[in-house]
Amino acid sequence: MPGLEYLIAALTPFHIMLALAGVVAGTIVGSLPGLTATMAVAVLIPITFSMEPASALILMGAIYTGAIYGGAYAAILLNTPGTPSAIATTFDGFPMAKRGDGDLAVTLACIASVVGGLVGAAFLLWLSPPLAKVALAFGSVEYFWLAMFGLTMISALSQGSLLKGLIGACFGLLLSFVGVAEISADVRFTFGSRTLLGGIEIVSALIGLYCIPVLIDMVATPDRHLKVTHKTGGFRLAEALAFSWNYKFNLIRSSVIGTLVGILPGAGGSIAGLVAYSEARRASKNSKDFGHGAPEGVQATESANNATVGGGFIPTLVLGIPGTPPDAVILGALLIQGVRTGPTLFTDNGSTVYTFIYGLFLATLLMLPTGLIIGRYAYRTIITVPKSMLVPTVAFMTIIGSYSIRNSVSDVMIMIALGVVGWFLNRFGFSPSPIVLGLILGRIAEQGFVQAWTIGAATDELPAMFFGRPISLAIIAFILLSLFYPLIRGRWAAMRSSTDAE
Amino acid sequence: MTISRTIILAAMVALTPMAMAVAGQDKDYPDKSVSYIIPFGPGGESDITARLQQPFFKEKFGVDLVVSYKPGGGGAVAWSQLNSIKGDGYTIMGINLPHIIVKPLQKNVGFATKDITGIYMFHYTPDAIVVKKDSPFKTLKDLIEFAKANPGKLTMSGSGKGTANHIAKVRFDKMAGVKTTYVAFKGTGKAAAAMLGDQVKAEWGYTSVGAKYGDEVRLLAVAMNKRHPKFPNVPTFKELGFDLVSGAYRGIAVPKSTPENIRVKLSKMIGEINADPAFRKKMEDAGMALLDVDYAGMGAFMAKMTDIYTKAAREAGVIK
Repeated sequence: MPGLEYLIAALTPFHIMLALAGVVAGTIVGSLPGLTATMAVAVLIPITFSMEPASALILMGAIYTGAIYGGAYAAILLNTPGTPSAIATTFDGFPMAKRGDGDLAVTLACIASVVGGLVGAAFLLWLSPPLAKVALAFGSVEYFWLAMFGLTMISALSQGSLLKGLIGACFGLLLSFVGVAEISADVRFTFGSRTLLGGIEIVSALIGLYCIPVLIDMVATPDRHLKVTHKTGGFRLAEALAFSWNYKFNLIRSSVIGTLVGILPGAGGSIAGLVAYSEARRASKNSKDFGHGAPEGVQATESANNATVGGGFIPTLVLGIPGTPPDAVILGALLIQGVRTGPTLFTDNGSTVYTFIYGLFLATLLMLPTGLIIGRYAYRTIITVPKSMLVPTVAFMTIIGSYSIRNSVSDVMIMIALGVVGWFLNRFGFSPSPIVLGLILGRIAEQGFVQAWTIGAATDELPAMFFGRPISLAIIAFILLSLFYPLIRGRWAAMRSSTDAE
Repeated sequence: MTISRTIILAAMVALTPMAMAVAGQDKDYPDKSVSYIIPFGPGGESDITARLQQPFFKEKFGVDLVVSYKPGGGGAVAWSQLNSIKGDGYTIMGINLPHIIVKPLQKNVGFATKDITGIYMFHYTPDAIVVKKDSPFKTLKDLIEFAKANPGKLTMSGSGKGTANHIAKVRFDKMAGVKTTYVAFKGTGKAAAAMLGDQVKAEWGYTSVGAKYGDEVRLLAVAMNKRHPKFPNVPTFKELGFDLVSGAYRGIAVPKSTPENIRVKLSKMIGEINADPAFRKKMEDAGMALLDVDYAGMGAFMAKMTDIYTKAAREAGVIK
């Protein structure tokens, strides 16, 4: 174990207090749709001026990890991902809450987040320098294929009609083109409107597409928002722990996936959660329960998205390339402190780095008690507050949230417009997830494609660029597997049943 | 007589508070915290330099400088709203060159360059050609020779299009008589990663890239008048015969309605921060270069830069 003396340095009362305060604040921020980890960390920068770099890092890391977990509450209880990382948590979390298992889902999410966070931090502690190379080996063309892989998951994720899923994804792709293009700086599809100039912001689109339809339905239907089947008050901790133990392979696999995706700068928690979710579903014996409240789904996404925290710090600290948006802010704060991240950080500033990594372990462990308590409080609030209070409160939060991302009224208008569109589309059987996926992945795919094409065309190696790189080929293999797996599985099941019949 | 005297007296009494108010605005300013809007997201260089100014502002003027972000449209969202903000000196906004010159020329982005009232340009991050430490290009000459022998095959990453990196590339290609391929990435971090990951042969980056990656990278030349104090061994383009002094310029603007005396005062304040040796050291350690264009000098500076950028952007095909 590298530097046990740093473990002791991390365990001072001051650091424990910072970690605790950070996790609590982060969890609350993350649970409110629209208030993101990036923002929470940015607000803190002036406070960290007067701190030692290691203490500042612990505080920012704790907030970050808490916020990623906090995103699960809104996903489970309101069907609204509090952060993009929690998109896939809505798939099974909300159905669980609907049928009265919201408390179990929240507790499971807490355990999964702690496990994911610990796995990510362990990779950060032991394998940072070799894994940082992965971030560099992943070029533009790999991001393009990764985005394609993400899009094929729509076939796995869309419940009901595949065609509607694909139409939704195309709509999302179209939305991703609006505004000033990331690379070419062209102004596209704004129709002369200043509102659309900044493009469609992902978090405000999330709030609109997921939350507004839920709000409209809450008003339109007389039943309770969530069914309550049993006396509330407990955590259902024993049940959740037993389940987590029985499905430990799912937890570990999802955590490793989360860490690996987290290492890729620009991929982020949303892709990590989706990849882990679809792998969990593929591997599960209960795969047909997925999407209807399978606890394994919640487990997979929540462990994967918290693992991206540790994973994302790997390129940030080793290469100075931020793995995720909050990492970029943390990197900036370190630069102001005069700490130079990069290849020599682990040797020159070992005490800062290792103290921080142990601090991250500490914060993740503290998330278990604090997460359970805040989670229970959140669940109780949602089920006991009457709808007449809940709806205006949540509606108010959606507006504050979508405004505060970029301090922009345009984002609020876009959020409401997409919400109304989303409600109508829901009635015709289109779910919001493919649309949001198209919106997120469209930008990644476009950038990767344009860059790879430019480089390939300049060096006269276009086919080799797209089809000649080993990592690309591996991702293409996954794409094919993901596309044809339902077919193969179906044929296999048919063969099995025919042999059984004989 | 008495009447006119009374009138004059009354007028004087009435006017005194106004005169005092005008003088007072300047004397008391700032007496509460100043909001500093960055038109980009947190974590970028615009954010980092603002954060470096923050503690010095508080120390010198006794009030907080509160940084907030309004990203979108490559800065256009914030700049198009600048003049609708109340001009009392308590809200200021970061401005970036070439953005505020090139963007309005490309398309209607909701503001024109002349709408923006800059009061100080406080630094620039000089453009630089950066290669990986094991690159075969040891000097700028090596790179030019390769580009001449293989037209179009020298791939260079850079941050965005119509940006400082892109325009430096276009100007340099013309000066050196070479044809290179520019690959735009979203941000300097990703452009540097592409160079470190051997996706491209070199990067149009900044001196700050050299400061960040240390021995992992080599700067071939920097676009400054004199060598950067942090990199005494790296030649300038000028020394090598290319008249290229350029980079990402950053400054501060105020809403158009801000009174003249506050503009002047604020410009002096930012200049004071810039003159502080501790601030200069922090900026230079991060690889930036300081610049002092005050309110009086803004007009001439903008005219010169507009001329350079308009020509280069037209050649780059960024504007028609």
